[in-house]
Amino acid sequence: MIGDSTIKEADVDTNRISRRRVLAAGAAGLVGAAAAPAAQPQDPTRVQGPPGRDVGARSPFEKPVRTAFSPARTATFTPLQDLDGIITPADLHFERHHAGVPAIDPQQYSLLVHGMVDRPTVFTLTDLKRFPGTSMIRFIECSGNGGRAYRLTTPTADLTPQQTDGLTSTSEWTGVRLATLLREVGASPKARWLLAEGMDAAVMTRSVPMSIATDDALVAYGQNGEALRPEQGYPVRLMLPGVEGNASVKWLRRIEVADQPFMTREETSKYTDPLPDGTARMFSLVMDAKSIITEPAFPDRLDGHGWREIRGLAWSGRGRITRVEVSVDGGRQWRDAHLDEPVLSKCHTRFRLPWEWTGQEAVLMSRATDETGYVQPTTAELLKVRGPNTQYHFNNIREWLVAADGVVRLKGGGA
Amino acid sequence: MTRQVRHLVGMGIACVASVALAAQAPAPARYGLGRPATPEDIRARDIDVMPDGRGLPAGSGTVRDGATVYAATCAACHGAKGEGGSADRLVGRNEGDSFAHATNPKLIRTVGSYWPYATTLFDYTARAMPFQRPGTLTPEETYGLVAYLLFLNGIVTEDAVMDATSLPKVVMPARDKFVTDDRTGGKRVK
Repeated sequence: MIGDSTIKEADVDTNRISRRRVLAAGAAGLVGAAAAPAAQPQDPTRVQGPPGRDVGARSPFEKPVRTAFSPARTATFTPLQDLDGIITPADLHFERHHAGVPAIDPQQYSLLVHGMVDRPTVFTLTDLKRFPGTSMIRFIECSGNGGRAYRLTTPTADLTPQQTDGLTSTSEWTGVRLATLLREVGASPKARWLLAEGMDAAVMTRSVPMSIATDDALVAYGQNGEALRPEQGYPVRLMLPGVEGNASVKWLRRIEVADQPFMTREETSKYTDPLPDGTARMFSLVMDAKSIITEPAFPDRLDGHGWREIRGLAWSGRGRITRVEVSVDGGRQWRDAHLDEPVLSKCHTRFRLPWEWTGQEAVLMSRATDETGYVQPTTAELLKVRGPNTQYHFNNIREWLVAADGVVRLKGGGA
Repeated sequence: MTRQVRHLVGMGIACVASVALAAQAPAPARYGLGRPATPEDIRARDIDVMPDGRGLPAGSGTVRDGATVYAATCAACHGAKGEGGSADRLVGRNEGDSFAHATNPKLIRTVGSYWPYATTLFDYTARAMPFQRPGTLTPEETYGLVAYLLFLNGIVTEDAVMDATSLPKVVMPARDKFVTDDRTGGKRVK
């Protein structure tokens, strides 16, 4: 949650812009020279390479990193500008935690399901894995993602896609459907909510409506083909597709079925949306459609005129992305971008559009539409319905200003 | 029809039947996995408190009790009187209890100005505070802290005693400010 007072702009860790993009920006040596990769032999076809290894590693020439904005590192951001396709490598999936990452022995782990159920039950990890399983590729986005772009009042800012919107990632999640567990314990037909509770030092809790719990919610133990990463909830987490990340409680230790919401600290004092009419929206769980161009973007500097590809990500918590339009003239004209297959429900979708840059100043924007017909709003449209001081759900259109010298910066003009 | 043909036809029907059975085999009502939770299993983890007071433990605490605990365990991060520090500001009301948070960045978000339920304060303090040793406060200490913070926020009087009966009856200033989510997708941006 970006609205935390612990996350301050002054702490922006500018040394963590990855090497590839620094090279692209024509500033090699400022940052990238720190860790010299293994030297390439003069002719790799004349030298035997090293043998296989137990665990692979990235090419020493590739150094994508998560970045944090506060010394406490309660959140780290995915380097969106360094990634292609839709899957986030597990070690680059964004993190957000309120009390650090707990160490949990899977042998000691258990999940208690109780409350309005016929059979209160304790499940071990082995038990959970014996249930029929399923895998689904879905995004998780922190609902505070994008606050920097929403509040940007200066004409431009030196902010990367990672720094504005890196609190979203996509994985293939594997687990047992929550609906299966609720049936196993005999959840009461009168139940309307459940409490999900973590076993971190925040003992994180969120209330989840039964309509979401029995739809596509997953009690997940797998991520991209392996066990969950500790930062993502090892050994077991809740995964609520399309819902603000905070509600997908990690390190899940307990589910209590009930007839009403529990009104935890997170869902009352934090993750609510004040509205201009003097009320505040509660349980605003679903993430509306959003997109961001990840390339070109700051810190890119276009290295000459001619053709290149505009690339980015689009996603919606309400289903599939049906269309992404791209404008290169600040929103006057829009063209349909190509959507890479697969286009999955509640999942990052990769869009692409070839673009010939002629050396003129340009403003690049992307606008996503989802299968409900919802169109990603402009900053002005979102400001009107939410107000300048809202804290979450910043899905307004992002703009990148390309100057005549090729320098790309985030364009402001918001709250 | 020869006996052999009848046999083949019979087999065919049997095969069709078994294929149909395999395709339509319903999931069992239960898989029989896990073990029954004992009352001890539930007691060990069931620490939540609901707005109607369900889950509140026995015990009680006064404003004076809470002031002592607060000074010793909370003030270092939340400020001497809840004015905030390295951690959230806890105390303060906005003029006229204004709830124009969306449009007025000067409004504060504190227990007194934003939290809709007093029970949440007990639940969160008991489960996650103090930050460096979460979950170690006794019910008496927690009731006292809640009483003290509600007093500092001008919600209860200085002689208030908080317990499982009195706490759910506290009406917070922001109690009726919250609305359900009316976003449903579609054309309209909300």
